[in-house]
Amino acid sequence: MIAIIDYGAGNIFSVKNALDFIGLKNILTDKKSEIENADGIILPGVGAFPSAMNMLKEKGLIEIIRKQAYQKPFLGICLGMQLIFEKGFEFEETEGLSLIEGTVEKMEPKDLSIPHIGWNKLEILNPCPLTNGLSESEYVYFVHSYKAVCRDEYISAYCEYGEKVPALVFKDNIFGAQFHPEKSGKAGLKILKNFGEML
Amino acid sequence: MLAKRIIPCLDVRDGKVVKGINFVGIKEVGDPVECAAMYDEQGADEIVFLDITATHEGRGTMLEVVRNTAKKVFVPLTVGGGIKTIEDFRDTLRAGADKVSVNSSAVRNPELISQAADIFGNQCVVVAIDAKRRSDGGFTVVVNGGRIDTGIDAVKWAQKAESLGAGEILLTSMDTDGTKKGFDIELLNAICSVVKIPVIASGGCGTLEHFSEVFEKTKASAALAASLFHYKELTVPQVKAHLREKNIPVRI
Repeated sequence: MIAIIDYGAGNIFSVKNALDFIGLKNILTDKKSEIENADGIILPGVGAFPSAMNMLKEKGLIEIIRKQAYQKPFLGICLGMQLIFEKGFEFEETEGLSLIEGTVEKMEPKDLSIPHIGWNKLEILNPCPLTNGLSESEYVYFVHSYKAVCRDEYISAYCEYGEKVPALVFKDNIFGAQFHPEKSGKAGLKILKNFGEML
Repeated sequence: MLAKRIIPCLDVRDGKVVKGINFVGIKEVGDPVECAAMYDEQGADEIVFLDITATHEGRGTMLEVVRNTAKKVFVPLTVGGGIKTIEDFRDTLRAGADKVSVNSSAVRNPELISQAADIFGNQCVVVAIDAKRRSDGGFTVVVNGGRIDTGIDAVKWAQKAESLGAGEILLTSMDTDGTKKGFDIELLNAICSVVKIPVIASGGCGTLEHFSEVFEKTKASAALAASLFHYKELTVPQVKAHLREKNIPVRI
């Protein structure tokens, strides 16, 4: 059972639809007991860093996520990926979940529009369990304006958008996808299946 | 670098995919959920549903179609047609659409663009513009399928839409639409040169070369086609294979 954390941010149903489609049991939840009992956790998210952290705080979920994330496969998607770092700088400096060392900063590519929206190519730097079986030129779907800044050892894959943008990050059993695997066609479903394999 | 997107568009009425034949006799030709899933399977980068339902009951049916499609289609889904209010935006996004496209309602009420962008984010607000040549060489915005000339300059309207918070422009040329003689390169260049947001080219494609031409001669981010794909004159994989041969980045 995968707990998809429902804290009021973004289109969580598309994550649920994708997991249902590939046959991974899941539950949308904001309950501590369900998060504790789950075999894996997905933290989705669309919106702004400070308001997402606030919503997690209001629901009293920060500590439980910090604790549980080390004990079972954990995947943050899009804003959910950004939240796993130490600090975000969207609008104001905000403390993140601090599961991986790094920060989240505004993208400033020359001559390219922001948000970075569309299909971009994954360049694999350090293979991880989620990249199993992916071909060398997989495109995945991005929608974001901020990017992770972290050490290369945590970057499984990046994409080129005027600069190198971390696309898939990991540390032990903690994973983060800047793109939307649930909207990235077959490659995205493969990544979610790989996540399911780890449970 | 971003891949150029190929987008099949489906006209949906009362829950069925329909295709008009010369404006007379709209014929029902398929299930939108199945059609969308087939295009996803073929490698379409995005799917657009254009709701041409006129009745209130039909609207509910459309949301049901969107809900069912979102369970089977895992590429972005854009829904347009008849979206007039923030509530329409909310309902459509909640049903599972990733983006909502507005056309004449945005012309009548430009504030709708900024309100929707503030609440839901720029990335999900697509402004569809239907443009037609004026005698002086410029382009005018038309609505109601080209029947009403608003007198608004298309280039200025595109700029305004961007400044109000549109995330993307879906640009249809009423001069080339249905001709199969190629996309309207002149119109696309006029708009692409003044906005930074992605522009989707629509109207006029009939051959593989038209797809490579639009990406070689304009800054369009995506190309949309309806009947061409619908009647299987060309398939998405054929178009992408052709673009790759021409060294245009595509997702295969």
